[in-house]
Amino acid sequence: MTLTSSNRAVDAPAGRRAPLAPRRTIRLLAEKIGGAAVVLFGAATAAFLAQAALPGDRATVILNIRAGQAIERTPAELAQINQQYGLENPLVVQYLDYIRGLLVGDLGISYQQFKPVTEVILQQIGPTVALTAAALVLSWLIMIVWVVLTAGRTGRLSGVGAVVDTTAAGLPHYWLGIILLLVFSLGLGWFPVISGPSFIGIVLPALTLAIPLAGFMGQATRTEFERSLEQPFVISARMRGMGDTGVRLRHVLRHSVLPAITLSGWALGATISGAVVVETVFSRPGIGKVLVGAVNSQDMPVVTGIVILIAALYVVANLLVDVAYTLVDPRLKRS
Amino acid sequence: MTTSVTPATGTKSAETPTPRPPRRTPPPTGLIVAAGTLLLFVTAMIAPGLLATHDPYALNLADALHAPSFDYWFGTDEAGRDLYSRVVYGTRESLVIGLGATALSLTLALALGSVAALGGRFVAGTVNRVIEVLLAFPTLLFALLLVAITGPSALSQVFAVGVGSAPGYARIIRGQILSARNSGYVEAAVALGHGNGRILRQHIVPNAVRPLVAIITLSVGQSIVWASSLSFLGLGVAPPSPEWGALLDAGRVYITQAWWLTVIPGLVIVALALAATTLGKHIQNSLEKGEK
Repeated sequence: MTLTSSNRAVDAPAGRRAPLAPRRTIRLLAEKIGGAAVVLFGAATAAFLAQAALPGDRATVILNIRAGQAIERTPAELAQINQQYGLENPLVVQYLDYIRGLLVGDLGISYQQFKPVTEVILQQIGPTVALTAAALVLSWLIMIVWVVLTAGRTGRLSGVGAVVDTTAAGLPHYWLGIILLLVFSLGLGWFPVISGPSFIGIVLPALTLAIPLAGFMGQATRTEFERSLEQPFVISARMRGMGDTGVRLRHVLRHSVLPAITLSGWALGATISGAVVVETVFSRPGIGKVLVGAVNSQDMPVVTGIVILIAALYVVANLLVDVAYTLVDPRLKRS
Repeated sequence: MTTSVTPATGTKSAETPTPRPPRRTPPPTGLIVAAGTLLLFVTAMIAPGLLATHDPYALNLADALHAPSFDYWFGTDEAGRDLYSRVVYGTRESLVIGLGATALSLTLALALGSVAALGGRFVAGTVNRVIEVLLAFPTLLFALLLVAITGPSALSQVFAVGVGSAPGYARIIRGQILSARNSGYVEAAVALGHGNGRILRQHIVPNAVRPLVAIITLSVGQSIVWASSLSFLGLGVAPPSPEWGALLDAGRVYITQAWWLTVIPGLVIVALALAATTLGKHIQNSLEKGEK
């Protein structure tokens, strides 16, 4: 069930992989990709419905959102908006237009900012991507160090390790962010209070996202780690004279990170949505901040655009994990 | 406190046919602390006057931004209002939003999950797809999408968090019903010639509903965290209210001068969420151990 055994299988004589029927693998992959496509299509439909569900006459709503006040509009004003957003068409036509737009990367026009949503997102996505990537890397580092140090130890250490995992996993991002900000920026002055684009500024926001995630992945990894510690291969490695740290790092760890890898699709989604909160705590630019602003002003094209983009990332990440898994672990193909 | 979570899953549905040992171990400290904490919160929800020391809305500009002291246990805010009393009075709104969201999400999840598990082929397949599509939106984003439609308010918080977290629970409930339906005792009941209605009533419903107790406890804590995240982002109850997320949102402006305005309400939310999680996991464990 491990990365190691299958990596070796690649080096091994071709005979071991041959009976795995490539046609079946391809069919399985096609099924998974098809499933993901259906989910994405459904998500797009849900996004369209969300836009259409905005209460009241849409052209009036759009004008009011732009002006920031609710007043009666003249038919001439409304006609212009109706034309710009294609609102005079029946809902079915609007829907087809929306889906067609999505396929070519057109997410519509912001109600408030008068420019395409794609442009709004592209301008702001950089810092969010950097933050998410940094958070994922950090969470793996923290999780591995903590689990290797504490899992399967005698006495209190093991119990403390598990309690810290559970507690960390339950910390709300806004609170953890505030604590880190107070201690390390305002108290110790190690990091800037307003996280700018600099490298140093990303540390605290990334830690805020990484700590709960590390706790969450740690729970899964710890169980597997402690199970692997009791496997015969550990005893045989010890008999060969390998030290405890060596066994943990070289053998046990490899066997126990698999559940956490399965979670990585989910982790990406959790991190990006956590970024929404963290960007607000640290006054960081990014699509999370744009999203909160857009929700506040009911700028639906921006809201649905960002939500769709993140849902798409989430679905694709899960698909990749799933596919990688099928390719790596031959046993899954038979189930 | 929750170290025994995972081993329990491995040994569920009693592998050994021996009768249960009569020994009674005292409840773990973690559980007692969790139950005590929850009791305190319930008291604050029902009768905040018993616990509060000041009027939560009384302005006292002379004592503005006072650090925690003997007089003001949690300090005061920018208008000199006592933070401790505000947290106590905010309990009701925070808990009602959390409980309301939990009730809504579990009702929806129960409906979706049971149709997805027991419906006809076409209906079940469609509902299943719908659940899958909704799961493509991370919970907080789904909630934000819903708030964008309804506009920010306490009611929309309940709605957004409730609907937003429903798909995840729907999938869990579906799994539970399916595993009950495919179990040996249902097979036996079918072999005995029992009707569908009777099997559903006598076997599937009790076995699928019992684990819900744990899910409810776990999700109350989670719902309160989600809901307070929304108010923290300024998309829920607005600041003059002592709802916990709103307290955080209001305190954020004063972070450089008054740490207590954000740290303490946050700590209260964490305490409640942790207590609910501990209790929920304990219930889950004892249910798994007690399964016959």
